[in-house]
Amino acid sequence: MFGFISRRIAMALVVMFVVALISFLLFRFVGDPVNQMVGVETTPEQREALRQRLGLNDPVLTQFFRYIWGAVQFDFGNSYQFKQPVADLIGRRLPATLELSFASAIFALLLGIPMGVYTGLNRDSWLSKVFLSVSLVGISLPTFFIGILFIFLFSVTLQWLPSFGRGEVVQIAPFWDTGFLTASGLKAIILPAITLGLYQMTLIMRLIRAEMLEVMRTDHIKFARARGLPNRSVYYVHALKNTMVPVITITGLQLGSIIAFAIITETVFQWPGMGILFLQAVQNVDIPIMAAYLLLTAFIFVVINLIVDLLYVVIDPRLRTERGRA
Amino acid sequence: MRLKIASAALAMVLAAGTQANAETLKFAFQGTYNQLDPYSLNETFSLSMHGNVYETLVRRSADLKIEPALATSWEVIEPTRWRFHLRKGVKFHNGNDFNADDVIFSADRVRAEGSDLTQVLSAEVKVEKVDDYTVDFILPGVNPILHSEWENWPIMDKEWTEANDAVKVTSASDTNPNYASLHANGTGPFKIASHEPGVKTTYTVNDSWWDEKQHNLTGAEFTPIGSDATRVAALLSGELDMAYPIPVQDIKRVDNNAGTSALTGPELRTIFLGFDQRRDELTYSNIKGKNPFKDVRVRKAFYQAIDVDAIKAKIMRGLSEPSALLISPFLFANSGDFSRYPYDPEAAKALLAEAGYADGFEVSMDCPNDRYVNDEAICQATAAFLARVGIKINLNAQPKAKYFAKVLASGGFDTSFYMLGWTPGSFDSYNILKNLNNCRDDKGTASPFNLGGYCNPKVDELTKLVLSENDEEKRNALISEAYTIINNDVSHIPLHQQGLAWGVSDKVTVTQRADNKFLLKYVNFK
Repeated sequence: MFGFISRRIAMALVVMFVVALISFLLFRFVGDPVNQMVGVETTPEQREALRQRLGLNDPVLTQFFRYIWGAVQFDFGNSYQFKQPVADLIGRRLPATLELSFASAIFALLLGIPMGVYTGLNRDSWLSKVFLSVSLVGISLPTFFIGILFIFLFSVTLQWLPSFGRGEVVQIAPFWDTGFLTASGLKAIILPAITLGLYQMTLIMRLIRAEMLEVMRTDHIKFARARGLPNRSVYYVHALKNTMVPVITITGLQLGSIIAFAIITETVFQWPGMGILFLQAVQNVDIPIMAAYLLLTAFIFVVINLIVDLLYVVIDPRLRTERGRA
Repeated sequence: MRLKIASAALAMVLAAGTQANAETLKFAFQGTYNQLDPYSLNETFSLSMHGNVYETLVRRSADLKIEPALATSWEVIEPTRWRFHLRKGVKFHNGNDFNADDVIFSADRVRAEGSDLTQVLSAEVKVEKVDDYTVDFILPGVNPILHSEWENWPIMDKEWTEANDAVKVTSASDTNPNYASLHANGTGPFKIASHEPGVKTTYTVNDSWWDEKQHNLTGAEFTPIGSDATRVAALLSGELDMAYPIPVQDIKRVDNNAGTSALTGPELRTIFLGFDQRRDELTYSNIKGKNPFKDVRVRKAFYQAIDVDAIKAKIMRGLSEPSALLISPFLFANSGDFSRYPYDPEAAKALLAEAGYADGFEVSMDCPNDRYVNDEAICQATAAFLARVGIKINLNAQPKAKYFAKVLASGGFDTSFYMLGWTPGSFDSYNILKNLNNCRDDKGTASPFNLGGYCNPKVDELTKLVLSENDEEKRNALISEAYTIINNDVSHIPLHQQGLAWGVSDKVTVTQRADNKFLLKYVNFK
């Protein structure tokens, strides 16, 4: 087990190194950060001096290794736009993104699972057809469009929910401010969470539906029926349980992508999280923020993959014995 | 029962939050408000936000006239010595007195390394304290517009800045933000209560402001909203009292909505096109061995081939003012004497034929796509107009980060035909002549933003005369002379002053300044 984990961690480090290297090479093509940092009347000499001080004239590899050297010491440099340490900036934005991701994952699971079970069991009912059509919309409309649609319906026309921001936040720890404790904070999270979670909800629903259809045909369900168990017990204990293994895997991986790719939803709703920070960084060629964000994203995925791999070993006894023999 | 409680809670949640303190102004802008250090960045929006907190020796009124602020009066006691009398009894937000030491300190700091506002005061100007409330500025030569950019030069408190170890300006390359980039201490009508860059900034009122209060706010809350659709939606739904800019295609919507209206007006920035007139062969053209743009007839043909009124009607939806000069008519008294060359594709064709390009030619055009109002659409229209006279334009529209890296001095002025916008920071023609129309070398020395390298020694000579002429009428005549030469040479193609559009709730009144500065001191709830 220890060998397995350390092999995995070594691989994770390689992945992150490669991500950092590739993103660093790409930054050469996003434009010149200096023009975003100074006013229009700044002379070419002053701009050149600034470029020199920032080390932008050094070879890319020199810049890269300087960055890696800082990163292993958890120093990600200073944001060009904000003139603040990137680690602080991302740390301050992290709670907003995590809360949004959490809310949308809950939304996706709470709605996706029952809808999946229902459509799996009642394939031909009209409600199933409604669910499936709605889910088609969720999967085929782009996120920004759904977000804007929601804003115009619920904020502008009905005026029920706010169109932007996080509402009022409460500081519950030095590193964590939450919007879950105020009315305006709860109201503010509804639209972005649904927008972000709609795709995942659709995915979970369709996955469960397919699994349910599959499982209902298996022998142990037939046997359960033959034993005369009530429908409820057959559906929710014997069938649903067996559909959960792939669902857990997919949900875990999707959680990573919700956190990492909330960029569009955050931009549409001006949600002050990491995604919007990243997008502003791209527009302003704020290389330190972009680099740190991509590293963090790689880190999240690597960690989730590691956990999923470990869970497989825990859940599936066959994997354990095979590994033991080898 | 449980359901009932839950639905009651939900109703409460839904009901709350729409009510807000009526006198707290909520406003949004498309960009972020980053560091608070007033000398870090020369950008209109940041400067206008600083302007709520910090004040300057002289300021601009709503119609952009220079008026006294922290200086009560000034006189030119010798041609090169200006004396400023400072306002007595003014206090900074932390309670410190404002006096001559603060002015001298600020003059040093604004010209120090790392400052992006060095142009407000030349490094050669000496600043001398006469007494606690009198300061002399000793100039190296006559300069009638010494104080023209001073609205962008906030006066900082010497004691506060030194006590907090923030004397060095937070420049873009600094590894640690100093105290002044996260805190503010001015003399102005508002104080910064909280500031989270990129998220939210809140202001409270400075009750001990020296000037007569024109607003009735109790505070203000700023949020940057980058997405145009969201910014407009938040204004329409009443969550914001003011939002800017409003995209031109949404102006009608904002106007038709009950409770909001769009406030539009011409901005000072002039959008223009420029040609590479310096290289002997264009970098991006199918004409080899010579540069067609060195021929004034070709430049004039391009000018007359573009229908600027159609651009105004179709692309700018009426919100632009076609311009004959590279400066807004607001900023130059004699601008009425100038008019554009008429739109005339036949004349353009004849000029091209005369210059030896009867069959036209091919050239690439560089254009930003996220910098000016509908910049890319204007360039596309330009390409279509030029196609009618036989010129094939290969349009290269890019985000500003890429675009400026290519066309400015740092990219080696790597362009053959380009679009640019310019607002003279000093509100004066000298800035236009100096930055856009003087001869330059390959590095851009002497005229850094003359991207195409237009050069006429007579204009250079006139520029020098303009700088040292104190008599306003004579000075304007010199400027007119320079502009006449530039127009005859078709150094650039001035297109228009783009319009500015603010969305305002009917609950408030605001004052729109042509330099697109939104100042809280003019805001009133009805």
